[in-house]
Amino acid sequence: MSGGSSVSRSLLAVLLVAAVGLLILPWQARLQAIAKREGFHAVVLGVDLRERVGQSGFLAALSGFRAPVAALLWIEAHGAWEKTEWGRMASLFNTVTTLQPHTLLYWDIAAWHMAWNASAAALQNTKLQGEALRERARRQYIRLGRDFLERGIVNNPDSYLLHERLGILLRDKEEDHAAAADEFAKAAALPGAPSYLKRFVAYETAKVPERAREAYRMFRELYEEGGMMRTPAVLARLRGMESRLGIPDGERVTAAPASSPRP
Amino acid sequence: MNALLRVLAIGRNTFTGLVRQKVFYFLLIFALVVIGNSSFLAKFSFQEEFQMLKDTALGAMAVFLSLLAILTTANLIPKDLEDRTIFTILSKPVPRREYLLGKLLGVAYLLALSALVMGILFAAVLFLREQAALAETRATFSGTPQELAQALDAVRKGAFSGGMVEAMTLLFVKAVLLASLTLLISTFATSGIFAIIVATSAYFIGHLQSSAREYWMAGIGVHWWTRIFSAFVALMFPDLQAFNLSDDIVAGTLPSAALLWQTLALGGIYASVYYLVACLLFQNREL
Repeated sequence: MSGGSSVSRSLLAVLLVAAVGLLILPWQARLQAIAKREGFHAVVLGVDLRERVGQSGFLAALSGFRAPVAALLWIEAHGAWEKTEWGRMASLFNTVTTLQPHTLLYWDIAAWHMAWNASAAALQNTKLQGEALRERARRQYIRLGRDFLERGIVNNPDSYLLHERLGILLRDKEEDHAAAADEFAKAAALPGAPSYLKRFVAYETAKVPERAREAYRMFRELYEEGGMMRTPAVLARLRGMESRLGIPDGERVTAAPASSPRP
Repeated sequence: MNALLRVLAIGRNTFTGLVRQKVFYFLLIFALVVIGNSSFLAKFSFQEEFQMLKDTALGAMAVFLSLLAILTTANLIPKDLEDRTIFTILSKPVPRREYLLGKLLGVAYLLALSALVMGILFAAVLFLREQAALAETRATFSGTPQELAQALDAVRKGAFSGGMVEAMTLLFVKAVLLASLTLLISTFATSGIFAIIVATSAYFIGHLQSSAREYWMAGIGVHWWTRIFSAFVALMFPDLQAFNLSDDIVAGTLPSAALLWQTLALGGIYASVYYLVACLLFQNREL
């Protein structure tokens, strides 16, 4: 091949690749927009992530290995849990959830570790002098757990699971029954939500004195729905509320509960 | 018809040659990664175990397929030149474009078989772990039959979530694209190692192509040369990020048929263009 011919072929090759690149550019942009709309490529791999995962981790994440990097960091967080290094765990959980924001499991378990395990451990932390400090640390870990769930919900608005977990946290850890009822209601309204969530809404609403009438209406609706919703717990609460609210005898329920006990 | 038979024959020979080089040994490493990982993960909850098994297995598949595509293709032409088999082939009435297509086809066979074997191995390990989790749930669950059925269903959904086949197909298409790009590089490369280095660099730059494209198309540019550089990357390199849907698929996000088919078509277009350019460069190359 002569030198001139070789140069012209190389030039032609470069021009051909560039021309095709230019032609498919709008299509690529459209395809990327479709992918983003469907929930893909939502992670912004920024400088803060680079600092947290190190250069090789960042390079791996950039090369399409976000999920394996997240899995490895999750295993590392498990190691930190075994050594009860709560701060390190929180930091690793932050990185994992940044890398894989659509994996519900990571948000759910990160929140559970913080709000339940770390908060309980804080109360037994002898390095913290005084009950007040330990209680403050406990609340901070609960807040951290709640924060994981709230961020998880922002990233996965269609998932009932994280709303349910937030409702449980508000109920058991913060004892904010009104907020817990609202979270359970949001969870119950989402696709695929289990039926017991509707009962959870009523149970929590019943614990808020100023919402007693609302709770009564909910229990009544569950009762009217019948079947699996007419559980002994629902019936007992409904009867209790009828007495509390002074419901006339003619409007009170009389039916027997469903056979198997349920929450 | 004759051309097709010639291409198939070259493809078969290329595949046989690659198998003789014992490239399938990497499958043992993959098996170790998946099985070892699975045993190690047994201390986690079954949801965590399934999630991480899928994450690492798909990640390992992506690594092995990409490595296999680049390393095997980069050495095809240099090895044929060294063994002088290229002269035997091209002295017959075999056009160079058919020779290149046959080589690419041989690598594609290898990649398809590797993806299939890795997929079967991964599915088998996942199935065994799923059965173990189901048995454990049945043995330890104390709720009503309906609640047990729900719990078992949750285990099944956790193990075999949708989109795994789609994720593996995308990994395969990305690997074929890389093979085609490496073949193009090897048509002007002076050695196999040169082709490997350039293809690996292109692999990393290809993952930044979408960022460069956005930067260029948005008209952001502090300096004129940064805009020219972004334009160069956007036009000359493939958008490899477009094929990285598996990270989100394992997290439960499923691609629509439109997204999947368009991404596969994009891979096909890239692979075809690189093959055509490889033909152009290889046509008059002095051997």
